[in-house]
Amino acid sequence: MSALIALLIRDMRLAVRVGGGALMGALFFLIVVTMMPFAIGPDLALLARIGPAILWLGALLASLLALDRLFATDHEDGSLDLLMMGPLPLELSVATKAIAHWLTTSLPLVVIAPLLGLMLNVEFHAMGWLALTLLAGTPALTFIGLVGAALAVALRRGGLLLAVLVLPLTVPVLIFGVAAANAAIVGPTPFGPPFTILCALSLASLVLGPIAAAAALRHGLE
Amino acid sequence: MPVIDLANPTRFLSIVNRVLPWLIALTIILFAVGLFRAMNAPDDYQQGATVKIMFLHVPAAWLGMFGWGLMTVAALGTLVWRHPLADVAGKAAAPIGAAFTFICLVTGSLWGRPTWGTYWVWDARLTSMLVLLLLYLGVLALYWTAEEPARGARAAAILSLVGAVNLPIIKFSVDWWNTLHQPASVFRMGGSKIDPALLTPLLIMALAFTLLFVTLHLAVMRNEILRRRVRSMRLMQAQELAEAT
Amino acid sequence: MQLKADELTCNRGGREVFRGLSFSLSGGEAVVVTGRNGAGKSSLLRMIAGLVRIAAGRLTLDSNNADTPIAEQAHYLGHQDAMKPSLSVRENLQFWTEFLGARRAVEPALESVDLARLADLPAAYLSAGQRRRLSIARLVAVPRPIWLLDEPTSSLDAPSQKRLAELMRGHLAGGGMIIAAAHGPIGLERARELKLGSA
Repeated sequence: MSALIALLIRDMRLAVRVGGGALMGALFFLIVVTMMPFAIGPDLALLARIGPAILWLGALLASLLALDRLFATDHEDGSLDLLMMGPLPLELSVATKAIAHWLTTSLPLVVIAPLLGLMLNVEFHAMGWLALTLLAGTPALTFIGLVGAALAVALRRGGLLLAVLVLPLTVPVLIFGVAAANAAIVGPTPFGPPFTILCALSLASLVLGPIAAAAALRHGLE
Repeated sequence: MPVIDLANPTRFLSIVNRVLPWLIALTIILFAVGLFRAMNAPDDYQQGATVKIMFLHVPAAWLGMFGWGLMTVAALGTLVWRHPLADVAGKAAAPIGAAFTFICLVTGSLWGRPTWGTYWVWDARLTSMLVLLLLYLGVLALYWTAEEPARGARAAAILSLVGAVNLPIIKFSVDWWNTLHQPASVFRMGGSKIDPALLTPLLIMALAFTLLFVTLHLAVMRNEILRRRVRSMRLMQAQELAEAT
Repeated sequence: MQLKADELTCNRGGREVFRGLSFSLSGGEAVVVTGRNGAGKSSLLRMIAGLVRIAAGRLTLDSNNADTPIAEQAHYLGHQDAMKPSLSVRENLQFWTEFLGARRAVEPALESVDLARLADLPAAYLSAGQRRRLSIARLVAVPRPIWLLDEPTSSLDAPSQKRLAELMRGHLAGGGMIIAAAHGPIGLERARELKLGSA
């Protein structure tokens, strides 16, 4: 157990210290969301309607691109070899790294999402619900992305391959995340069903993601 | 230094070389019969002759999914049972399955255009097929970017399994998304039930296309084995040159 | 304790690196693996460490903890140092002792490689030799019976090499075993030689 805590603390410490881990994701989120109205136009009604979608897409891209370095640094300096020789099963080590990543990269996204919602004229009462859907859905994005990161590091390729592999797999999360957010804002459809499915997706990927990622690391690096 | 033992693939190659001509002949015959029946089938009263795109579209859809199923079985063979030919089978199935999925999308788009007035309306089934195509492209990307065939094959095997688990979820979510955003469309691709007069030609065409898939698959497997042999021989040659100096 | 390798075969990158390799090693013994580049020295070490798949043959360890896999009873000192530049020297070593489950403290380990004065320095400021010494400190801090060393003396100056030789002798005296890959002598007089590559 202490091995798990040690790994968690180390990864979080590294994310905070290596300038750009935690805040870079939030910064990217801000920039992407800012770019959208330039392309769409400052039509407030339209922006309010598609606001949840823009925020979800921004969060998706921000969490995805940050996953690039999750395994790459450990692979490059030989830490990954030693992690595989430790007392912790590789699945657990991988899951711990993913949790550290989620805490330092995705959680800031959830926190600044309401602020960005203001820019997109999203209704005030809906900000909380929007943040809640992101809170429930970003673990799924992280743990599905974990598999892509493991596959990409084994092949020594980076960001674009990761995105190509992972984005189709995140379609259900995106669909239910935005649907839940929209349901809270606009409303005829209930919030419950898409939200519970979103939570289910996160829980399922929490278990299956590390298994697939550990297999990818073992088979890819042997 | 001896090259990796290739006894099993050798036996496979000799079997394929003997069987392939018969398979090709059988495929041609089935296509001839199927096309004849298809051309003579009655027109749909609503869609006219365009309903006959179905004879291409439906088998293509079925084979697109069949391709991923084949890749999943091959993936288990690679990762769990470590069968020597499993990764070759998976690598051969991917481009063929992707091609059929692409054909499904194109024929589906052309089929729907007269009714929809446009080429793409994010219809639930076609959209699911589009996501399937994206997953195929992901697997193909793994094969393309891998420097060693074996490593790329193992990575692709894992992605095939992850995709297999994900595909039902994706299908369910796309269907759900579609009902949320679009009213139930009058035009249901494939029809709510298929007129029996069209059913027999459809089954014959489906069988013909499946046989085409199998024929192509075996031929691609043969090519891949030969390609790997060339690579091994090149490696051996480089090795011998290094030892000589 | 005995490590037994029986007809080991290794495939890397589609070609066969070595086949039919057999040897056995008891506690307190050391073996130096030699051979030209590409003969499979690093691959053999990584195979024992569990990082490379055993294509054919068997590797067994007869010891008191029969259930623990060999990988968890071995240290692997490879070409890379597994140190994070943004963490301090002490923080780096502390992480590995906590993760790998050690009983020995960090300070004595740092002293044994003469890095105690630099303990609070970020690892980024270390020279190549000092980073190597930090990796060696990991072997001292976490007690594991098997040491797999890949060219351990590279980037070490003469005093550091002497220190390493002392540490290795101490490890052997305590019943541990060492398998080292090297191109030349590493300071262990009574080590056997295992030559790879001339099949």
